[in-house]
Amino acid sequence: MKSWLTTTDHKRIGLLYFWTAFAFFLIGGVEALIIRAQLAQPNGHVVSAETYNQLFTMHGTTMIFLALMPLSASFFNYIVPLQIGARDVAFPRLNAFSYWVFLLGGLFLNASWLVGPLFHAGMLNVAPDGGWFGYANLTERPFSPGPNIDFWVLGLQILGISSLAAGFNFIVTILNLRAPGMKLMRLPTFTWMTLVTQFLVITAFPVITVGLVFLMFDRFFGTHFYIHEAGATPLLWQHLFWLFGHPEVYILILPAMGIVSEVLPTFARKPLFGYTVVVYSGILIGFMGWGVWSHHMFAVGLGPIADSVFAATTMLIAVPTGVKIFNWVATLWGGDIRGTTALHFAVGFIAMFIIGGLSGVSHASPPADLQQTDTYYVVAHIHYVLFGGTIFGLFAGIYYWWPKMTGRMLSETLGKWHFWLQFVGMNLAFFPMHFIGLLGMPRRIYTYPPELGVAQLNLVSTVGAFLIGVSVLLFLYNLVRTRSRGQRAANDPWGGATLEWSIPSPPPVYNFSVIPTITSRLPRWHTERHKAMQDPPATPPAPIHVPGGSWWPLVAALGLPVMALALLTHTLWIVFAGVALLLFGIYRWAFEPFEV
Amino acid sequence: MLLLSHPVPPPRPFRLRLLTTLLAISGCAGPYPQSTLHPHSDFARATDVLFADIVWWAAVVFVLVDVMLLVTLVRFRHRPDRPAPKPTHGHTIMEIAWTLAPAVILVFVAVPTVRTIFATAGGAPADALKVQVIGHQWWWEFKYTDLALTTANELHIPAGKPVRLAITSADVIHSFWIPPLGGKRDAIPGKTNYIAFRADSTGDYSGQCAEFCGTSHANMRLRVIVESDSEFGAWAQNQLASPVVPPKASLAEQGKAIFSRSACIGCHTIQGVSPGTIGPNLTHVGSRATLASGLFPNDSAHLASWIADAPAMKAGAIMTRMKPPLTDADIAALVAYLQSLK
Amino acid sequence: MTHAGTAHHTSMGLDSRKMAFWAFIGSECLLFGSLISTYLVYKGRSVVGPYPHDILNIPFTSVSTFDLLMSSLMMVLALAAVQRGDMKWGKIWLLATALLGLVFLGGQVIEFTEFVHKGLTISTNLFGCTFFVLTGTHGAHVAVGVLWLLTLFVRALQGKLERANAMTVEITGLYWHFVDVVWIVIFTVVYLIQ
Repeated sequence: MKSWLTTTDHKRIGLLYFWTAFAFFLIGGVEALIIRAQLAQPNGHVVSAETYNQLFTMHGTTMIFLALMPLSASFFNYIVPLQIGARDVAFPRLNAFSYWVFLLGGLFLNASWLVGPLFHAGMLNVAPDGGWFGYANLTERPFSPGPNIDFWVLGLQILGISSLAAGFNFIVTILNLRAPGMKLMRLPTFTWMTLVTQFLVITAFPVITVGLVFLMFDRFFGTHFYIHEAGATPLLWQHLFWLFGHPEVYILILPAMGIVSEVLPTFARKPLFGYTVVVYSGILIGFMGWGVWSHHMFAVGLGPIADSVFAATTMLIAVPTGVKIFNWVATLWGGDIRGTTALHFAVGFIAMFIIGGLSGVSHASPPADLQQTDTYYVVAHIHYVLFGGTIFGLFAGIYYWWPKMTGRMLSETLGKWHFWLQFVGMNLAFFPMHFIGLLGMPRRIYTYPPELGVAQLNLVSTVGAFLIGVSVLLFLYNLVRTRSRGQRAANDPWGGATLEWSIPSPPPVYNFSVIPTITSRLPRWHTERHKAMQDPPATPPAPIHVPGGSWWPLVAALGLPVMALALLTHTLWIVFAGVALLLFGIYRWAFEPFEV
Repeated sequence: MLLLSHPVPPPRPFRLRLLTTLLAISGCAGPYPQSTLHPHSDFARATDVLFADIVWWAAVVFVLVDVMLLVTLVRFRHRPDRPAPKPTHGHTIMEIAWTLAPAVILVFVAVPTVRTIFATAGGAPADALKVQVIGHQWWWEFKYTDLALTTANELHIPAGKPVRLAITSADVIHSFWIPPLGGKRDAIPGKTNYIAFRADSTGDYSGQCAEFCGTSHANMRLRVIVESDSEFGAWAQNQLASPVVPPKASLAEQGKAIFSRSACIGCHTIQGVSPGTIGPNLTHVGSRATLASGLFPNDSAHLASWIADAPAMKAGAIMTRMKPPLTDADIAALVAYLQSLK
Repeated sequence: MTHAGTAHHTSMGLDSRKMAFWAFIGSECLLFGSLISTYLVYKGRSVVGPYPHDILNIPFTSVSTFDLLMSSLMMVLALAAVQRGDMKWGKIWLLATALLGLVFLGGQVIEFTEFVHKGLTISTNLFGCTFFVLTGTHGAHVAVGVLWLLTLFVRALQGKLERANAMTVEITGLYWHFVDVVWIVIFTVVYLIQ
């Protein structure tokens, strides 16, 4: 227990990220199922309007900040140092700090489900209820007087600190801790996409932080950043939010694209087609992601010129995305394709993501978007991108790397069941939403009248959602079963080309008994120009010193929710307690002996 | 006003029928009062044409890529006798080709897009009927600028005539949307957005708020009644008339007295009776078909329960229960009075 | 203050902590960029006074600005001293940097107090909101810097800061100069261009 609380080992932190994020994924999933139960038929009465608004807000917030991002982070942590031939990340204790801040931020946000009585709310749940996009001025104190939005504003700021700290850490790790010979253009694609993602994180999160700080000051200290009576405009929030929000979409999808670019070559036994193009298109997507934010605001009335410009930039970003898809298909072409579960999910990613990409083009066109934005058509779009895309990609990664992370093989039979159930479930759940939206059902409504004519389609969607639920339970069973009954994994069960497959599964605490020297982009594969590398010896030739754990990242992290609690309860002295805890943790951290 | 408008709707070309046909096949026959796929104005038709174009391009790309993917998966599936694959690393000409191909398709989407953006930007001829639309939590206020006329939740407009809506909000951000008549525009406090359109034919269309605006966002609906010129003229004239004065000693007169001495007057306007502006104008409330922004039919039973306890019928409704509560007799009198205000 | 992977050879030949700090500074640019943009977007949109020209005391703030610039000079001297192993002057310059930082903070306290007396609080108008949040965020950065510098000074007094720790002082300097540069931008945007 103590060793887990104080761990600074990137592999253990990766597993902590995985299990925590997976637990939040289940919570977000249950929220989704309650939403679908409510909408299964017109005039649903499963939950009240207030609870429904909390459910969809927390479903979005949870899935994005507490499930998908940290599930990616689990692979950044576990896999990236292995792929670049490093012993750990650049700042192991900062890494632990990121994890603890994430955990505490997630718990803080979710505590809002249970603490209503403490705020005399008249109901148990006082969860955030302004949507994951939290548009001002609805989120201002006069329109949202309860603690709901306070939880959201403070929780997201805490989570932002976690992401930023991890961002600095992984940028330095990838740039600075590469094994000898691992040039940038020899980095595995997943590591490349991680690097691009981290640059997006450290540039996008400060912008949302500023937006949240303004909202916090408006709610607690009487400023008027989003109040038009004072001369301000609530649209400032939308600009700040989407300046963050669109890069955030790529923060969510690029790691999954990186995973797919690892899985396809391994199971086609063929190098990634157009590696350079795939890498550069990823970088290009990262840059262009900054120039498209106003396509979330076509109905705001920015004027025809701004609408045209943002339509053009948005359509342009489809080009590098399309290029990736063609390169993936070309990777499979001429290969020897083994239909493992990981490959199923990676191919599923391509097939589903393209639907999301194409519907994306339809709302890149502002006049068409005026009919689609804020309807279920957009709900369909984001779920094809984030479920059909990101989650399929992440599952591909889980089936691919789970043997490396735990030393046990997941059941392929259960895996295929999981894939097909989830594939059918997601298409049943999300495809009808295109029509539901086009027939005029807005999103974020807790009830709809039968006259709308969308009852049957909604019922189908609900059935699909529950099918996804079953598939996830099946996956959970597979995980649990594998712990005891899974087949032992060899160093390299799949015939992978990258460094993580050259060491035992799970790797020893020092990762590499000898740091390898890299001479090619596919070090473990024999190609025309390069011989396959020799795997490091099973036992290190000389003892390797591994740094011990530290309590102080956890202590420092605890300071943040305490500070948030001070605002939540309007109690000044708690702020000082939080700051003191944070400073105490940081000072002990800075001055403790921690050698490599 | 749109340059591409037609006074009479043209027959729907085949390419526009794809989605509606799919719907029919799936067993969903309609009618769809809030459908974007059944346009009834020049604005809605322009977006529909554009969307149909995009759907066709998307369908072509989707089929091409997925067929390619499936063929690859089947043709190159693992076989024990398959020799080791050739380690191809890339192909410059192919990379250029599949960079250019989507770019060219996007040009075909972008050009009509920009044309439609400018055509639907909200400009209208000077003689257009001008209406100010004000979003409130959770109902719609309509002020006919040139007619000095105010009503709520049911917008009457003449068919075939240009209409220009100036959209804003009294509290939080809403979004005004009647799908069969055109795309939505946000109602933003401190800002005015415009949409303009010409409805094809008479009919009764529904719409609702599309931007999440709080507890009862789902219940912020509206109706648009498109009428012939003469019907619209008659409606407007009736709305401009002074409110009905209930006959002496009638139940309605009692209702008027109760209305005048209770909290009602703080929020509602009845011309010559009360000046409130927080809630809907009730001068001609009896002439409206629905209550509570399109949620219920405007009949005695619903009106009575609405007056007694609005939040029980519409979550979060700002009109709370009266303190001390109204008696049943009071409510019956109020209902009689309000219903008399045709 | 040793960290895994710092003192050893790195792929880019740049100290890992220093690289992390450059990334941090890049991130901070976006933070201050958003705050300054907001100030500019909302400039002249206050519906009630006091307005900037009623209240900003440019001569006073010019002195503060000069003070902060001087602190950057002290920081340069401190780093140079530590790098050549002259811990006596290293201590003196570190303390001087911290004290000039404190003087700047004192100036900000005086300025804020005066503004409040003249009727400008954080909730008075949009100018108040944007001004106090922008300069307050900067002030918080200065305060963190002062705390950091004083910590180094105490470590030096204890004899625990040596020539071998020059990188720590260099990174502190990086932060301090960045905070200084941000102030130059704020001073120009808020005080000089009205």
